[in-house]
Amino acid sequence: MSTHTSTHLTPSNPVYRRRRMLNRLVMLFCVSAAAFGILWLLLILFSLVTKGITALDVTVFTERTRMTGGGLGNAILGSLIMTSLATVAGTIVGVAAGTWLAEYGGQSRLANLTRFINDVLLSAPSIIVGLYIYAIVVLPTGHFSGWAGVAALSVLIIPVVIRATEDMLRLVPNTLREAASALGAHRWWVVCKVCYGGARAGITTGILLGCARISGETAPLIFTSLNTNQWNFFDLGSEMPNLPMTLYQNMTINSFIPRQVELAWAGALILTVAILVLNILARVIAERKKG
Amino acid sequence: MTLQSSGKTFAYARTGANTMNTMTRSMSGDDVSTTATSTGSAKLKVNNLNFHYGDFQALKQISLEIPSNQVTAFIGPSGCGKSTLLRCFNRIHDLYPGLRTDGEILLNGQNINDKRIDIHLLRARIGMVFQKPTPFPMTVFDNIAFGVKLYERLSSRDMEERVEWALKKAALWDEVKDKLRKNGQSLSGGQQQRLCIARTIAVKPEVILLDEPTSALDPISTGYIEDLINELKQDYTIAMVTHNMQQAARVSDVTAFMYLGEMVECGPTDGIFTHPEKKQTEDYITGRYG
Repeated sequence: MSTHTSTHLTPSNPVYRRRRMLNRLVMLFCVSAAAFGILWLLLILFSLVTKGITALDVTVFTERTRMTGGGLGNAILGSLIMTSLATVAGTIVGVAAGTWLAEYGGQSRLANLTRFINDVLLSAPSIIVGLYIYAIVVLPTGHFSGWAGVAALSVLIIPVVIRATEDMLRLVPNTLREAASALGAHRWWVVCKVCYGGARAGITTGILLGCARISGETAPLIFTSLNTNQWNFFDLGSEMPNLPMTLYQNMTINSFIPRQVELAWAGALILTVAILVLNILARVIAERKKG
Repeated sequence: MTLQSSGKTFAYARTGANTMNTMTRSMSGDDVSTTATSTGSAKLKVNNLNFHYGDFQALKQISLEIPSNQVTAFIGPSGCGKSTLLRCFNRIHDLYPGLRTDGEILLNGQNINDKRIDIHLLRARIGMVFQKPTPFPMTVFDNIAFGVKLYERLSSRDMEERVEWALKKAALWDEVKDKLRKNGQSLSGGQQQRLCIARTIAVKPEVILLDEPTSALDPISTGYIEDLINELKQDYTIAMVTHNMQQAARVSDVTAFMYLGEMVECGPTDGIFTHPEKKQTEDYITGRYG
């Protein structure tokens, strides 16, 4: 028989009770903080839905914006065109650059410099990006254009995709690269077939989140695509209507017209739902990969 | 170090039956005595190989021969350089900067450390299976086809045959024939490792390097793979690293004992395990190393 006793291992143990109390306190704080954040999100969604749904009908999607009445069709289409093109451009450049950083650049000076610049770009105010495109595209060509808008949005999405691509490729274990190389595969083939296979879900999530981010950008478009109340079917050489700027104008300059304010709320709802869907889609893809 | 193996080439011939090996040898009727008679049958020949990780010298003046169609096992305590040596044979070290090799490794008489060697072709000729199973994130079928497609253009029918052949060779076919379109990463650990072996065989290399292929597996899977190694040596030359001395005794024809980056002793497995020449070897195989 041993003299060992476990009498201190009871619920009344003061050390244990103190620790349990602290645990509950911190837990309470964390839950309250989370609830506080979610509360505002729900309030925003609530007011968006209640105010936006009243004006939401087919004409919102089919009619163009007018001084009085009309819809948001042209703005939605313009936003879709610019966001899609910027996402495609951002994906091509971003995935290529991210791949170079993760697979080839290593810790070289150029790679570290690129990473630093990318981090700066990631947090750069979007209005600065708009101003920059204004200076190098709009001023030389002499007019606002869809291309300028696409360029500004691309500059905003590229760093997001670069970061996602590099981070996701780094999660692919080196043993997989070794195994593929050991079969006699060239480096680029290893990256294309094995590394992208492992990182695909993560990169796709990154692209979708980037797309969600730029679809609501307003500031860079003020300097670049501007806005118009006309339909613009893929004429990227001229001004491009878009949802965020229409929202802004309807809520401010045109706020004396009740229909315009209604439309702005409807537009806000559409934009929010679109971004929400993109975010949820990104989450679903990431989850499915895990399971 | 008092033990210097520098510049010394361990040449040996297989003499008589290897008593330890015949116990576990499968019924393949292999009679290796016809294959290994002299140094002429050496598949790989290492001459004065040195290897550095930056400033650290991991291999010191290694010389040995790896005989054709036999299993050569590398044993020794952790950090002795056995994996490093194995990884020199397919130059997988080249993936990382700051590593330096000098000395010769001759594959069929050709120095693979020669800069003019096509490293991708070399790796196709010298396959490797790693310690942890490394199935690619793709289907079982594509895992096998990946390496084959690199050097051969097969019709889909021929590819199916090749995949089946490789999986049968790796004793995995019966377990996965209905799962060929499933992700390779969904198989069990032991199956994954056999998949990796099948993937390596499918390319039809000349040499197969096994880096502790069973250290992450349970005893049953280990048994499968050991049987497999015995089968495979009829067609391939095999070099393996193992931490398990019983395994070395069971499956290998030749055993090389390494310590602190040096080749202490290398010779027929039964000799090494019954009457080693060097005191260090004896201490290690009897478990006297702390």
